Amino acid sequence: MTDSKYFTTTKKGEIFELKAELNSDKKEKKKEAVKKVIASMTVGKDVSALFPDVVNCMQTDNLELKKLVYLYLMNYAKSQPDMAIMAVNTFVKDCEDPNPLIRALAVRTMGCIRVDKITEYLCEPLRKCLKDEDPYVRKTAAVCVAKLHDINAQLVEDQGFLDTLKDLISDSNPMVVANAVAALSEIAESHPSSNLLDLNPQSINKLLTALNECTEWGQIFILDCLANYTPKDDREAQSICERVTPRLSHANSAVVLSAVKVLMKFMEMLSKDLDYYGTLLKKLAPPLVTLLSAEPELQYVALRNINLIVQKRPEILKHEMKVFFVKYNDPIYVKLEKLDIMIRLASQANIAQVLAELKEYATEVDVDFVRKAVRAIGRCAIKVEQSAERCVSTLLDLIQTKVNYVVQEAIVVIKDIFRKYPNKYESVIATLCENLDSLDEPEARAAMIWIVGEYAERIDNADELLESFLEGFHDESTQVQLQLLTAIVKLFLKKPTETQELVQQVLSLATQDSDNPDLRDRGYIYWRLLSTDPVAAKEVVLAEKPLISEETDLIEPTLLDELICYIGTLASVYHKPPSAFVEGGRGVVHKSLPPRTASSESTESPETAPAGAPSGEQPDVIPTQGDLLGDLLNLDLGPPVSGPPLATSSVQMGAVDLLGGGLDSLIGGPNFVAPPATTVPANLGASMGSGLSDLFDLTSGVGTLSGSYVAPKAVWLPAMKAKGLEISGTFTRQVGSISMDLQLTNKALQVMTDFAIQFNRNSFGLAPAAPLQVHAPLSPNQTVEISLPLNTVGSVMKMEPLNNLQVAVKNNIDVFYFSTLYPLHILFVEDGKMDRQMFLATWKDIPNENEAQFQIRDCPLNAEAVSSRLQSSNIFTVAKRNVEGQDMLYQSLKLTNGIWVLAELRIQPGNPSFTDLELSLKCRAPEVSQHVYQAYETILKN
Amino acid sequence: MIGGLFIYNHKGEVLISRVYRDDIGTRRNAVDAFRVNVIHARQQVRSPVTNIARTSFFHVKRSNIWLAAVTKQNVNAAMVFEFLYKMCDVMAAYFGKISEENIKNNFVLIYELLDEILDFGYPQNSETGALKTFITQQGIKSQHQTKEEQSQITSQVTGQIGWRREGIKYRRNELFLDVLESVNLLMSPQGQVLSAHVSGRVVMKSYLSGMPECKFGMNDKIVIEKQGKGTADETSKSGKQSIAIDDCTFHQCVRLSKFDSERSISFIPPDGEFELMRYRTTKDIILPFRVIPLVREVGRTKLEVKVVIKSNFKPSLLAQKIEVRIPTPLNTSGVQVICMKGKAKYKASENAIVWKIKRMAGMKESQISAEIELLPTNDKKKWARPPISMNFEVPFAPSGLKVRYLKVFEPKLNYSDHDVIKWVRYIGRSGIYETRC
Repeated sequence: MTDSKYFTTTKKGEIFELKAELNSDKKEKKKEAVKKVIASMTVGKDVSALFPDVVNCMQTDNLELKKLVYLYLMNYAKSQPDMAIMAVNTFVKDCEDPNPLIRALAVRTMGCIRVDKITEYLCEPLRKCLKDEDPYVRKTAAVCVAKLHDINAQLVEDQGFLDTLKDLISDSNPMVVANAVAALSEIAESHPSSNLLDLNPQSINKLLTALNECTEWGQIFILDCLANYTPKDDREAQSICERVTPRLSHANSAVVLSAVKVLMKFMEMLSKDLDYYGTLLKKLAPPLVTLLSAEPELQYVALRNINLIVQKRPEILKHEMKVFFVKYNDPIYVKLEKLDIMIRLASQANIAQVLAELKEYATEVDVDFVRKAVRAIGRCAIKVEQSAERCVSTLLDLIQTKVNYVVQEAIVVIKDIFRKYPNKYESVIATLCENLDSLDEPEARAAMIWIVGEYAERIDNADELLESFLEGFHDESTQVQLQLLTAIVKLFLKKPTETQELVQQVLSLATQDSDNPDLRDRGYIYWRLLSTDPVAAKEVVLAEKPLISEETDLIEPTLLDELICYIGTLASVYHKPPSAFVEGGRGVVHKSLPPRTASSESTESPETAPAGAPSGEQPDVIPTQGDLLGDLLNLDLGPPVSGPPLATSSVQMGAVDLLGGGLDSLIGGPNFVAPPATTVPANLGASMGSGLSDLFDLTSGVGTLSGSYVAPKAVWLPAMKAKGLEISGTFTRQVGSISMDLQLTNKALQVMTDFAIQFNRNSFGLAPAAPLQVHAPLSPNQTVEISLPLNTVGSVMKMEPLNNLQVAVKNNIDVFYFSTLYPLHILFVEDGKMDRQMFLATWKDIPNENEAQFQIRDCPLNAEAVSSRLQSSNIFTVAKRNVEGQDMLYQSLKLTNGIWVLAELRIQPGNPSFTDLELSLKCRAPEVSQHVYQAYETILKN
Repeated sequence: MIGGLFIYNHKGEVLISRVYRDDIGTRRNAVDAFRVNVIHARQQVRSPVTNIARTSFFHVKRSNIWLAAVTKQNVNAAMVFEFLYKMCDVMAAYFGKISEENIKNNFVLIYELLDEILDFGYPQNSETGALKTFITQQGIKSQHQTKEEQSQITSQVTGQIGWRREGIKYRRNELFLDVLESVNLLMSPQGQVLSAHVSGRVVMKSYLSGMPECKFGMNDKIVIEKQGKGTADETSKSGKQSIAIDDCTFHQCVRLSKFDSERSISFIPPDGEFELMRYRTTKDIILPFRVIPLVREVGRTKLEVKVVIKSNFKPSLLAQKIEVRIPTPLNTSGVQVICMKGKAKYKASENAIVWKIKRMAGMKESQISAEIELLPTNDKKKWARPPISMNFEVPFAPSGLKVRYLKVFEPKLNYSDHDVIKWVRYIGRSGIYETRC
């Protein structure tokens, strides 16, 4: 009876013994032997040598023995393909067996044997089984099609199995329907473009009917499939939602979560004014809460999903704070997730309760959990202003516990509270200073140093405190060193008399003894600022800081929308899109929430424009990303302009690097004097005015050499931000050289001289090829046009967005910073034409996930016009094809840094109502695609 | 979908391994990756889902057995865990407790089950009732089956009512309903309810002939209010006794669309025992016990603890198996306890004083006091003061739920609702019933 004896360790020569037993005449002995073989296989021993002997046992009427042999076959057939063929006959015979269980077993097992020769024989039996009279056989055959597709997709298509599978969706048996849906969904995933799962109102209706009748697992398959459907209008969405909501009461949590996914997705299409919308919101909360009484592993999955749902639709669970309170016996992974959600739900109404809980948690045992709880208190303070005072006093209580990591964590969050509410809670500084010695983590040390520097004027012994840190300067982490440098400079500016020595010490430590370029750069900036213009230094270093936002860890909205489409799946657990953890082509199709389309109301302008719409007129587009804010804290260098800091979005943190010794070498002197124009060697093209270049353009004559599209000049730096200097400009590319056409206008009352320009490191290494030459001083109200030649040999640093360029311009008055986005087509080089063979090979070679698709709307040009227009901007048409009345252009282009981009452009010239062009781009560096698309759009639309 | 399923013992030796998909790489790699990174991991496991080299591992633990499902795709994570639980249920239904011994003894059966309930990584019918008709521990049933029997099996496995077979006959038609509730509480030291909820289950044991149509009714507020609309008198009378159910989930035999539209619970039950529904309530919960703690630190080496418990239900009812667990600091050196009722003991290995009372009637009160002596330590960290927890069993439903009726209709056979013998029982147990101190 007991089978455990098969697991006992075996001696040498076992294989021979087994061989003999397998060939025994006695049935029982044979079975025993096969069991031993399977046991050895399980523990990882290689028993493939017994293949022929085991296969010999296959022809038996003993079902148990047969199943064991099949199990063996599935494991070893691949390693012994020639032998495996021996089994085929039995399989084919079994597929004809009168017993449906055996027919199903045979077709199920055959599909698991990944040997080409066997799959050939599988087709006929499979075809029969798909039409078998017994539903059990049909449901097994449906899954078998997916198996076969995994082995040989072409075969499945050729044999017409896909159509048979589609027919099974209308089968009378719900389980057959469910398995067919599962198989089709999986096959469709590897053919994103095909319309395999032809979802339409009729087929959806069939699925919804089957939903009521099939097993819990079948319901999951069907719901997951429904979630991929986009209803045609809000009415259809509502009717599907109505039929899906009963699933929220299912005992299986996965059914519930998949139903939630469908509802969350289709809700996007419903108008918020609808009564039904409110009802639906109310119906969603209870099942989500119920998920929290499931087993801990499921709770974890549910909590990760609730985290997304709370970010997307906070109204659903806003009254359910209490259920997220941590229980003493919850596993740590559940505790940490609950804490996250508690903070998200914290509001003025419930803050008292939340704080009491958090304080409780801060005394627990698990270090990570305690830290997170302390941090959460700080986040509450920032989120709910009314609670700030209570939070601060709670944190002070925690500091009194003297538990080392609690104190450190508390100091880090108090720093954030100071940032959010300046000049409000300084009374606690004294308490903080008492704990200076216990801080051993860089983040806490840096936070404490920041606090001392920021409030240096109120701390009597600030200099002593900072000096104590300075002793071990070289052993500190960069974070602390940078902070210490800034703090001491702040201190010096506030109390210059006593601290001169200290500041000199830190500046020399930072600039002379450090290998860290960031530290050195920052040191030099401060040094130079302090030595040239202490007033300016004060303005820079002690500038008012931008406020920090309350939600710093929200998931970026487009990702959030994508993740909502993946509720219940691994993607929602990892909070990452599937492409981040799934290999190959499977499941990397980006999903997005459906736009709202109303059937009754007039259409509102749908938000169809892709995220990064072309931005010709936006000279200072800098995404104020929440994530950046954390970093901003480390950087106390405020924007060096007067006026409220928040308004000057044209300066980014990276601007610090701009002066890193660069201007020095450019201008050649510490006094920031631009070299006289005459000494500059005449550079070809550099002195060319824009008018002249037009002329050049004409003379060049040949079409291919004509310059690429030039956007009209836009204002990059408004006068009010630059003490009267207004800069507008654009980028051009003419016969292989790039230039920046600038227009400088003096709107101030004084004369401007000594112009110089410098670029920050950028994605493509753009740098001025010559100094900025302004021949005469710029008198008030005068405008001068300059064309600055650029090259692409500068130092490279990836920028966000990719085509961001940060520029510093200096004149006799001050240094100004701005940033601009350059159109990518200035980087398209003249030899960007690939030959056809090359193109084909490269297109195939680039993996599919690198392909990006875009639409260029309302572009009523024909193929020739498009082609020639693009060619003048160095996008070359490699081939052209006409498919079913559509023109397909295959194009290539090359960037200055050697990156090739391949494009397929689909034009429908015959159809006047359809003027959208479809563009798919393939590139080994997929991040450029978005910008290439923008370039296309800019060129074609102008 | 699920690419493979492994079962390990506590040492990380693999007992069962079944690979469904090739994409998870060679069997060895996947098996070893989980062993090394999760079972043998130095730190406590921080997530039930682990991603190792782009392969995701889901695991659950039953006593010291690890069950792991492996995949390379973006699978439905909730489904994988539900499946693993179901897998455990199925195994338990076949051979009892999930232990290394039992798994080794039944490995052939387990492989057979795995082949049946998971096909290419897709979960298939996993109702034990259905499975037991054709996967048996004897294994050799198929030869002796007639054709009708075989098709009956397949139609049951795939059918709409996969949980019940036709042709069941009982001489005596009987059914048992158990309303099992667990009441959860978190209370502040001052006696303020921080959170309280009841999670309940209605478990039904049915021994009914044929294919009976059942209808279950309880004092659900929504139903009562709907019915009571006619006479205001009735509403006020029954309204008092009705309860508000926050949410409920049902066994798959219940027609969910009917519940959604009419809020009526109708179903054809599986034969034998099953869980009809689960529900959750948060309003008007009867908290059977109140715990009043008093902890006083006397100097650095002594603690005084006094705990009073009050029973809060009808005096005619008796609570049983009462246990109060009072945590003690790690540096406890000695404890003296005095209690009015029951027995109390300090258990050093559990760092707690455990106070047990066999029975206690309603509206009574009892008290324990203890003196805890502590060893002096220089540990800076304060004692976390874990909450005082309580266990008990009471013969009523703390949510207030009442079964109003369970009607049985079997039109084809000649027995009526009145002929069915019905039993109803209420048991309220403590879930996590904690009071902070």
